[in-house]
Amino acid sequence: MSEKSVNTGRRNFLIGATSVVGAAGVVGVAVPFVGSWNPSAKALAAGAPVKIDISRLTEGEILGPIPAWRDMPIFVVKRSEDMLGRLNSKNERLADPDSERPQQPEYAKNDTRSIRPDLLVLVGLCTHLSCSPKYRPAIQPEDYDEEWIGGFFCPCHGSKFDLAGRVYSGVPAPSNLEVPPYFYESDSIIVIGKDEGAA
Amino acid sequence: MSAIQDSFKNVMDWVDARLPVTETYEKHLSKYYAPKNFNFWYFFGVLAVVVLVNQLLTGIWLTMSYVPSAEGAFASVEYIMRDVEYGWMLRYMHSTGASAFFLVVYLHMFRGLAYGSYQKPRELIWILGMLIYVALMAEGFFGYLLPWGNMSFWAGQVIVSLAGAIPVVGADLATWVRGDFNISGITLNRFFALHVVLIPLVLIVLVFLHILALHEVGSNNPDGVDIKKDLDEDGKPVDGIPFHPAYTIGHDLPAIVGFLFLFCIVMFYYPDGGGYLIEHPNYEPANPLKTPDLIAPVWYYTPFYSMLRAATFPLFGLDAKFWGLVVMAGAIALPAVLPWLDKSPVKSIRYKGMGSKIFLFVFIVSFFILGYLGVQHPTPVRTLIAQICTAIYFGYFLLMPWYTSVEKTKPVPDRVTMR
Amino acid sequence: MRSHAMRMLLAIFLILPSLSYAAGGEASYPLDAMEPDVSDQESLQRGAQTFVNYCLGCHGMSYQRYVRTADDLGIPHELMMEEMVFDPAGRIGDHMSSSMSVQNAKQWFGSVPPDLTMYTMLKGGPEYFYTYMRVFYEDTKRPFGVNNLLFENVGMPHPLVAVQGLARKVCKQIPKLAANGGEMRDPLSGEPITEELCGDELVDRGYSPLEIVEGSGTLSVDEYDQLIYDLTNFLYYTSDPSRLERERIGIYVLLFLAFFFVFTYMLGREYTKEFH
Repeated sequence: MSEKSVNTGRRNFLIGATSVVGAAGVVGVAVPFVGSWNPSAKALAAGAPVKIDISRLTEGEILGPIPAWRDMPIFVVKRSEDMLGRLNSKNERLADPDSERPQQPEYAKNDTRSIRPDLLVLVGLCTHLSCSPKYRPAIQPEDYDEEWIGGFFCPCHGSKFDLAGRVYSGVPAPSNLEVPPYFYESDSIIVIGKDEGAA
Repeated sequence: MSAIQDSFKNVMDWVDARLPVTETYEKHLSKYYAPKNFNFWYFFGVLAVVVLVNQLLTGIWLTMSYVPSAEGAFASVEYIMRDVEYGWMLRYMHSTGASAFFLVVYLHMFRGLAYGSYQKPRELIWILGMLIYVALMAEGFFGYLLPWGNMSFWAGQVIVSLAGAIPVVGADLATWVRGDFNISGITLNRFFALHVVLIPLVLIVLVFLHILALHEVGSNNPDGVDIKKDLDEDGKPVDGIPFHPAYTIGHDLPAIVGFLFLFCIVMFYYPDGGGYLIEHPNYEPANPLKTPDLIAPVWYYTPFYSMLRAATFPLFGLDAKFWGLVVMAGAIALPAVLPWLDKSPVKSIRYKGMGSKIFLFVFIVSFFILGYLGVQHPTPVRTLIAQICTAIYFGYFLLMPWYTSVEKTKPVPDRVTMR
Repeated sequence: MRSHAMRMLLAIFLILPSLSYAAGGEASYPLDAMEPDVSDQESLQRGAQTFVNYCLGCHGMSYQRYVRTADDLGIPHELMMEEMVFDPAGRIGDHMSSSMSVQNAKQWFGSVPPDLTMYTMLKGGPEYFYTYMRVFYEDTKRPFGVNNLLFENVGMPHPLVAVQGLARKVCKQIPKLAANGGEMRDPLSGEPITEELCGDELVDRGYSPLEIVEGSGTLSVDEYDQLIYDLTNFLYYTSDPSRLERERIGIYVLLFLAFFFVFTYMLGREYTKEFH
């Protein structure tokens, strides 16, 4: 076989250049494979915002049957003046009374964790391991709390939340119940799953 | 630079002491010497591997969204095409790939016929290749049922009922294959398991053995000259070049890119191939009460379908349907014994006599005509032509022991030529 | 084996293909040409509106979602919901299904009206539907009072009869053809010499055997043809909504591959030069 001199510089350049272009090609080919794992139109349709009618909700009541958004239970509670008055009476027992952790949209980062003070909207899943807490509005001593002034109690591992969904200290749950994005389409219709004016 | 090279060497030494990676790399790539005169016909092996990888990857991804039930299958294909991000691309890559697979494999087989690559000592490579071909036909057949379109259903109906042509056991066999009295969701589910799990595993094993058998004896070449008879002082064939990088980078890499270019033209602009890659009746769901106007298999099965339909008369008390099955099965199986039919002292068509050249030419033309006839409605004239072409197809093989012995061959050169 | 045998074989092999092609063929009402254009959003929008107003009641498009139609055709979601979604509980992500139940369909029409999402693909192209929608004619013997030149004894009424008008089969005065294929003319006046042709004879000569009853439709022939063009265009789009994106991405992929090919070819030559 004849010895042909190899222009190493040219060869290395070509190896490098071809590899770089080839790598770009590999990334391009990966796009459909990776992209196909994104939520499909079916998932997006099922996960679309839901409308909830609150016109029949009375004071102290939780909206039932429990509506769902993205397969998650949504708690809608119409709080009385009395309930609102009790809201900040035991803040020293709460783990995150000022809602510092990002468990709610900006418009719910307030004393009542809601847009309108009287209506509480929460994702009804305990922030510990996702059981659905029970609504316990009555002021009475309970097994799980001698000074219970109303709120949510999770039966799975005993986590407690107040009537704004804020978590008590010393329970397994690490954070306040989540407030989903929502807005008022009218006085009686709440849209869950979207911020007002968002696309 | 040197420190990196040293580290690499250390790592490889550690691995090689536990797994023969470098040895395998040298034996099958950097020190596997292939004849230096490979031409265009030698691309199709590596292209077949590329298409196989495509089918496996896109197939797995499709399985993530496909629903293998009679109720859900058709809608799940539309779900992939419309709702899954880039689902349409995965589906079209898979459907175009299926046709590309057969095109590449047929061209690969033609190379074998032309250059006598099946002759001793490569008979086993050839037989393994034939097994791959049959497995591929089964894979395509099972896969075609999965979209559960109307053509899927009726093609399945026709082919499975072929089993019914076998005397005595036929009807029970057809029922056993279907798992039901008619093609149904039960059939669909089991064909899904065969298409997605069993046959891909079989194919991968067979391809592995096929390449291993090839490397054991070394590749043939367009002149049919044995390069191992001329070795240099180091024991390397003088007319051989290292497969890597001479062929891997030198030939195959640009060829793969060129092939992908053509593949993408079809996939992006003609994915249904004018009705030949995705057939029109498949755009509606399976309907046992509505037969399509023309039941035709996809293009790559059509030559054999023509032969099946060409058998139109009963013989020896067995009806034409059975003989059609025999002819079709025979046509697929017969090439396997080619190594023992070819009595020529010469491997390559370049040096064989007029007889071989005429028969090969006529065989290829008949194969094309049979393929064309397979997508047409049968008429008396067309059936006659199909019968003639079937006879020619069989003649190419069955008469080979005769014409390869009597023909006058040309002298084979000592060393490979670069024609 | 020498030249004589070779010539004979060659002759046989040149004739066989043409014989196979010639032997056989089906004749039916000729299809009109229709060049779809899925980049024409306005046409698709008009077609979508026609579909929803006149077809969706019976024929569903159960694989096509409203939101996909809206996004691909450039229709804002709110407008889509107002103009094209008639179910008050409907959401933009729903499929464009028909509300007719299977039992009602079977009772009223004998069979379920087929889903139209991929109808143009099923029929081998848009030409069939384009022709079909324009060749309904009056036939008092049929349950819905109409028949169709392309689909004989079709089981569906003509949903757009108020728009197209009612067509009737007529005989027409057509110029006679001379032996050389040209029109025969009176040698003195220069006027064409005509004969009366009806039905299939008209079709064979390239004329429509139908005529719309004067004033029975709200649109002219050209306007109706445009309406059906738009509707067919929409159906062509729904057959494969990926088409636009696919053809657009394809250009970039092919350009990339051509570019990449140059590099791999040059790199490849490095090694073939070394070893040959």
